[in-house]
Amino acid sequence: MEIFGRPLSAMLSQLLLGLVNGSFYAILSLGLAVIFGLLNVINFAHGALFMLGAVLAWMGLEYLGVNYWVMLFAAPLIVALLGIVIERLFLKRIYKLDHLYGLLLTLGLTLVIEGVLRSFYGVSGLPYSAPEALSGATDLGFMVLPNYRAWVVLASLVVCVGTWYVIERTKLGAYLRAGTENPRLVEAFGVNVPLMVTLTYGFGVALAAFAGVLAAPVIQISPLMGQNLIIVVFAVVVIGGMGSILGSILTGLGLGIIEGFTKVFYPEASSTVVFVIMAIVLLFRPAGLFGKEK
Amino acid sequence: MKLTLKPLAIALAAATLAVSAQAQEKVKIGFITDMSSLYADVEGKWGASAIQMAIDDFGGKVLGQPIELLTADHQNKPDIAASKGREWIDTQGVTLLFGGTNSGTALASAKVAAEKKRVYINNGAGSSALTNEQCTPYTVHYAYDTVALAKGTGSAVVDSGGKSWFFLTADYAFGHALETDTATVVKAHGGQVLGTVRHPLNASDFSSFLLQAQSSKAQILGLANAGGDTINSIKAAKEFGITKSMKLAGLLVFISDIHSLGLKDTEGLLLTTSWYWDLNDDTRKFANRFFEKNKRMPTSVQAADYSATMTYLKAVQAVKTADADKVMAQMKSTKIDDFYASGMIRPDGRFVHDMYLMQVKSPAESKKPWDYYKMVAKLPGDKVFTAKADSKCALWK
Amino acid sequence: MVNKQFLGYALLLLALIAAPFLGAYPILVIKLLCFALFASAFNLLLGFTGFLSFGHAAFLGSAGYAAGHVMKVWGWTPELGLLAGMVAGAALGGLFGLFAIRRQGIYFSMITLALAQMFFFFCLQAPFTGGEDGLQGVPRGKLFGLLDLSSDLVMYYVGLVIVVAAFLLIVRTVHSPFGQILKAIKENEPRAISLGYDTNRFKLIAFMISAGLSGLAGALKTEVLGFATLSDVHWSMSGSVILMTLVGGLGTLSGPLVGAAVVIALENKLGEVGNWIAAVSGIEWFKSLGESVSLVTGLIFVVCVMAFRRGIMGEIIALRDRLRAKR
Repeated sequence: MEIFGRPLSAMLSQLLLGLVNGSFYAILSLGLAVIFGLLNVINFAHGALFMLGAVLAWMGLEYLGVNYWVMLFAAPLIVALLGIVIERLFLKRIYKLDHLYGLLLTLGLTLVIEGVLRSFYGVSGLPYSAPEALSGATDLGFMVLPNYRAWVVLASLVVCVGTWYVIERTKLGAYLRAGTENPRLVEAFGVNVPLMVTLTYGFGVALAAFAGVLAAPVIQISPLMGQNLIIVVFAVVVIGGMGSILGSILTGLGLGIIEGFTKVFYPEASSTVVFVIMAIVLLFRPAGLFGKEK
Repeated sequence: MKLTLKPLAIALAAATLAVSAQAQEKVKIGFITDMSSLYADVEGKWGASAIQMAIDDFGGKVLGQPIELLTADHQNKPDIAASKGREWIDTQGVTLLFGGTNSGTALASAKVAAEKKRVYINNGAGSSALTNEQCTPYTVHYAYDTVALAKGTGSAVVDSGGKSWFFLTADYAFGHALETDTATVVKAHGGQVLGTVRHPLNASDFSSFLLQAQSSKAQILGLANAGGDTINSIKAAKEFGITKSMKLAGLLVFISDIHSLGLKDTEGLLLTTSWYWDLNDDTRKFANRFFEKNKRMPTSVQAADYSATMTYLKAVQAVKTADADKVMAQMKSTKIDDFYASGMIRPDGRFVHDMYLMQVKSPAESKKPWDYYKMVAKLPGDKVFTAKADSKCALWK
Repeated sequence: MVNKQFLGYALLLLALIAAPFLGAYPILVIKLLCFALFASAFNLLLGFTGFLSFGHAAFLGSAGYAAGHVMKVWGWTPELGLLAGMVAGAALGGLFGLFAIRRQGIYFSMITLALAQMFFFFCLQAPFTGGEDGLQGVPRGKLFGLLDLSSDLVMYYVGLVIVVAAFLLIVRTVHSPFGQILKAIKENEPRAISLGYDTNRFKLIAFMISAGLSGLAGALKTEVLGFATLSDVHWSMSGSVILMTLVGGLGTLSGPLVGAAVVIALENKLGEVGNWIAAVSGIEWFKSLGESVSLVTGLIFVVCVMAFRRGIMGEIIALRDRLRAKR
């Protein structure tokens, strides 16, 4: 059986690989969406913190002999602490201003973080392998899928669904959503909004670091690894609708798949296709696919 | 006001003239490369260190004056490379402009040097246009170029049995050049190209492209890309088990890439290089001295930086002037023979020397740190670099 | 007050005229002026109409390629090359504008980014741009077929005249009735509409003027340096012009000039500054400062947003106003 002149099995495998890449987009854009939703800040530093997660995974193994599984939790925690410091020191002071300033501030932080790591580790990248337990591959009939890639999809789906559940279905999530709409009113109910905001930022960037550790065994760990990704993830968030949790997850996965098929039919354009989609979506649905128009 | 300004301006102009006249005889080397971005580990600040080593070994002085080295980071922006080069020549009297990685910056700088009649040496950039379509009388392309890599790898791999190829190509001019040059050689040697896929630069995920390569059932996967793209392709190829059915041939791989990936992911990879630190006693001697200083083994580009600086300084000493025309004539007429390579600089500015087809060792074969390559074939220089028939350079007719 | 401002600009102009004789390197100064013009054109859009474009690199780059192509391949004279660049920038701006001006805030930025990325892809694929090798070896030629521009000094003064003229055009635009309407749209668009203005048309024209002048800057840069490359159309160039405008002072006329000077000086001179600090202070580390341009740029971003939100010129103007208020 063939689709557009390609064997079905090939299309299936591309679909699966697209899903793997989409998982990375989903976690990253989810973090951005959470931060934007509550803080109204476009966190350009997300790419750098993603990179930091991957570098921390490597550092853990290199200097402390700590394995992948520990770092999968430790790295997001460390990055979350860093995020809390960033929020308290810098972001707190600029909430009232135009989006522009948040974007520029985090862009500046990105350059600083990348610059510091580059001066220590150069740009060629650091070696890192998948943990033993996940190192094999499984024959699915239509393709051989490395177990690690399957794990990436699984882990990110769990994290995404978990986050969505907490925000949309729990009381804590209700406070968060209410804080987005009307912080003063929520404060009147005795909720410590500034603390909530700080922790949300910490959580958002922890997601970035989590994606970073997940990516460490499959792509080159280098101080510049976040740069190419961040612009794409921005586009994902905008297409999904700024601040929409579900939108960012679904768009992330969907774009991964579309990108995957582009890699077959017009590979040269596979890194541009996301921008084409963004332009089209914004023309017809100005607030993104899942966003509410204000 | 007017009265005081005019003499001042004249005095200033005279002073500038005097400075540049004097600077003619003082040798100044201006080195511009990528020190902070994509290609920083291939050459970067360690390239500057290699040049400084050559200056020190030469005695630090030539024509009775100390040799000066200026360095700058062009951040991969041709704007910065060309305007910095121009400024150095005009205001500092730089006699040798030493250009680094990135073809766009290299071609722009070569133009500036030619316009200002200064020697221009490049090691880091791969574009063969430097000594072909865009050749100038003042350009020396010293280390490698895309043609040599393509021809070297292509012919040697086909001759050793790798008949059918699939290309994974960076959708960039250098990727296209590497791919077409290699494909031509592969076909000429009786091999065939089963397919090709062109990926965008900095594509972080290569699994999709690799599956396409795998389904072609080719024996050899030619990686016509560079830097992070090559690293990510190799990583994914290993992960998806592609290395079991196909042999990987990296067309533009440096030892810094292998070092960062580790042997586990790279074993068996075929690649072409202009130099390797563990070839013989001379190369080891240089490499160990370099290691002492920089805590890393030199890449082929960094070794070429040392050698090219020496070649230039010797030529200046021989003709007793830093005049670019005389120095170029001397460099092109003298045989070069040192730890880096032996051969001649052709009229088009191409330094023709042997290249090496290497295979990356397995972790078990590697006996010491940085023990990464074993030699598969020595590729004679006159076979791998651009042939006279293919040259569009007016200087070589 | 107006006189004082005028005096300031006159002094700056005098300094620029005298610069080549005071030891400044003319090519660096003219490159700086190109970016100053680029930043001013960008500021015309952001500072005076409130639209943050994340795709201005496309206008700078397209003009560079257009000018380079007509001068190198078709042998046009420099003034026609500059004109071609300006037209290319404005035309592309018109195209972008058609899509973008209907959206606001961050969505406007994102559409411009998306379109600019597509344009980058086009430049990468199109054969005449030379891919990452760039369009190289563009001759400077003779202005109007008469004045040979191959001398750096002649080129400098011709470039200076062009940039000053373009800058005057920007000043004129800001203070014209047209500029007032743009300000009105920025402050309160519904009211401007209710006053009977077709705001979309005004926004589109403003976008095209900004793009056209960015194009002029790009074409001039190609004319001076002799090449156009992909780095001119890359999104980091769009980021760079935002930095210049912000550092200098958003919405001030002189800010972009100062901002461009700071950023270009940083890119070109940081290494030398580092060596100098190392020599004075004896701390070796500063010698590697030249490799840390992006790090220092990042720090400036942060400091700017945290402490000097109005930018250098913005803060100076605010300080002056405060002092005057006290008096």
